[in-house]
Amino acid sequence: MTTTFDLSAVGLREVNQALHAPDLDDEFLIENPLGAHNVAVGVNAPIKVTVNGHLGYFAAGMNQQAEVTINGNAGQGVAENMMSGVVHVTGSASQSAGATGRGGLLVIDGDAGARCGISLKGLDIVVGGSVGHMSAFMAQRGTLVVRGDAGDALGDSLYEARLYVRGEVRSLGADCVEKEMGPEHVQELAGLLKAAGFADDDPATYRRYGSARTLYHFHADNTY
Amino acid sequence: MTSTPEDRARLGLRESATFDRATIAAIQRAAQTGIYDIRGWGAKKPLPHFDDLLFLGASVSRYPLEGYREKCGTDVVLGARNARYPLHLDIPVTIAGMSFGALGANAKEALGRGASETGTSTTTGDGGMTPEERGHSKHLVYQYLPNRYGMNPDDLRRADAIEIVLGQGAKPGGGGMLLGQKVSERVAGMRDLPQGIDQRSASRHPDWTGPDDLTIKINEIREITDWEKPIYVKVGASRTYYDVKLAVHAGADVVVVDGMQGGTAATQEVFIENVGIPTLAAIPQAVQALQELGVHRKPDGVQLIVSGGIRNGADVAKCLALGADAVAIGSAALIALGDNDPKYAAEYEALGSAAGFYDDFQAGLDPAGITTQDPELQKRLDPAEGGRRVANFLRVLTMEAQTIARACGKAHVTHLEPEDMVAISIEAAAMARIPLAGTSWVPGWNTGGAF
Repeated sequence: MTTTFDLSAVGLREVNQALHAPDLDDEFLIENPLGAHNVAVGVNAPIKVTVNGHLGYFAAGMNQQAEVTINGNAGQGVAENMMSGVVHVTGSASQSAGATGRGGLLVIDGDAGARCGISLKGLDIVVGGSVGHMSAFMAQRGTLVVRGDAGDALGDSLYEARLYVRGEVRSLGADCVEKEMGPEHVQELAGLLKAAGFADDDPATYRRYGSARTLYHFHADNTY
Repeated sequence: MTSTPEDRARLGLRESATFDRATIAAIQRAAQTGIYDIRGWGAKKPLPHFDDLLFLGASVSRYPLEGYREKCGTDVVLGARNARYPLHLDIPVTIAGMSFGALGANAKEALGRGASETGTSTTTGDGGMTPEERGHSKHLVYQYLPNRYGMNPDDLRRADAIEIVLGQGAKPGGGGMLLGQKVSERVAGMRDLPQGIDQRSASRHPDWTGPDDLTIKINEIREITDWEKPIYVKVGASRTYYDVKLAVHAGADVVVVDGMQGGTAATQEVFIENVGIPTLAAIPQAVQALQELGVHRKPDGVQLIVSGGIRNGADVAKCLALGADAVAIGSAALIALGDNDPKYAAEYEALGSAAGFYDDFQAGLDPAGITTQDPELQKRLDPAEGGRRVANFLRVLTMEAQTIARACGKAHVTHLEPEDMVAISIEAAAMARIPLAGTSWVPGWNTGGAF
């Protein structure tokens, strides 16, 4: 059963409350979001949510289990701290997409702004286009795949997250270095590209970046 | 002999006030190591503080309540402005946020036990919520910090209130660090980090900046938790008047202001001692902001929690009299647990410190078993016994505050008011906006003069 909400007619609270009801397994359609913030946040059910239009900040924030499709652009912090499930933005996303995400898959068909995957903690992010500066800043775990280019200071102060970029990297951040693509990395990347709907990409055309691990221990040489 | 101050005075040896021995040792340490000093605790330099305020007990013009007989209420309600389930605390003293990671699990459990026994709240920290802490805390405030270590919606829903942390008094504008010796397997697992590395905590939230974004962020957390829980905003004291105004505009139900005497587990000494303002100077700024917005001491208003150097019931009473709705204790709670206990004197000496001086909370070697992840050291802290000590201390703070409130004729500790106090230093008078004793002079606020 599909339930439809017209966000130009009902309040955000009503929509999110309905998405938080116990034992949900239905489909939901949200029309006319008009850039609203905090749509479909805190969902914890194996449901499908489709949003037709652009969203504001924190769309699908902290998502658990749900498959959320945003047919439009998403504002700042889309899928922030998501735990599981899939969030798919068919347009572009603003800054801090997937910030601190801990699990699941975030797919952005278009570009993502600055700080994409900042403080990543286990989420996999696939960006169809390019990402802005400081992406994967302090990223701890998880994966960021960029089919286009990456802006300045990619992976600054990176921990154990893995970054794959097909296009040009404008500059690498502190302690981020290019690393060899082993067979396990090709396999991982191929799997993510397939899951994100980009199965035709050849993983061999990507380069891998990770932490040089020189900032892991605080000493006089890396303090300024 | 030059071993005692008297010996040195007899020989005419004079210590420089500018280059005192601690300063000389700091220069020598820096020259030797090439790295700044990192330590725990809050500001140690002398600062105008609550000791510079006195209460005016009742006499002819006011009449007192009968000591420990007449009712003097201590309960406080926090966050009734928007939350379906505000916090109802029995006492106005709460336990401040301290992370699992900075503290061991036994210490966190003990704080939860002590707070629960006395009907007050305890607070998580930059390491997520542990089952020990949740299980033993009747009222648990879950901190939402820049690094979001262990942050998850299930714990948000399990919390009784949520505290968005923008800073702390020991280091407003600074992030944090947890040195590798404390990043045990469990701590690393909760923070999604490799074990044993020096971990950096960000100074800025990753997905929002500025007051307009904060408004949306607060709304997001309300939506995730279905508007059930009070949302606090915690700031380190600096531009407190403006920060409190912006926090209230952004939708905070409770504002927590932490002065520079507030503790930390690991921060640069230079930061602790030189950034931020004293608690005494922050409270009137926060109260002024709340009053101007019409939300101070109103049932649907915004509550103010003050922390940073609160040590006894007089400090509690002075905070409330200045306009706070409740206080939070951190360092004092750790001391109640056994921190800096003289019984470990020999071990403090072995670490190059002394009982009463120990502040190397970053090192993970705490002889009292509090600021450590070492399983053997942690065994020294029995959570049940620790909880009992914390509860005792919280009771004493409350009884002491009641004693003062009764003497001032107040039937509830929050009825204390600025008019009940005088200052004994010009600095304190100016900062607290309380007249200098024996005068009507509030430096910077009126022209003063005789009564």
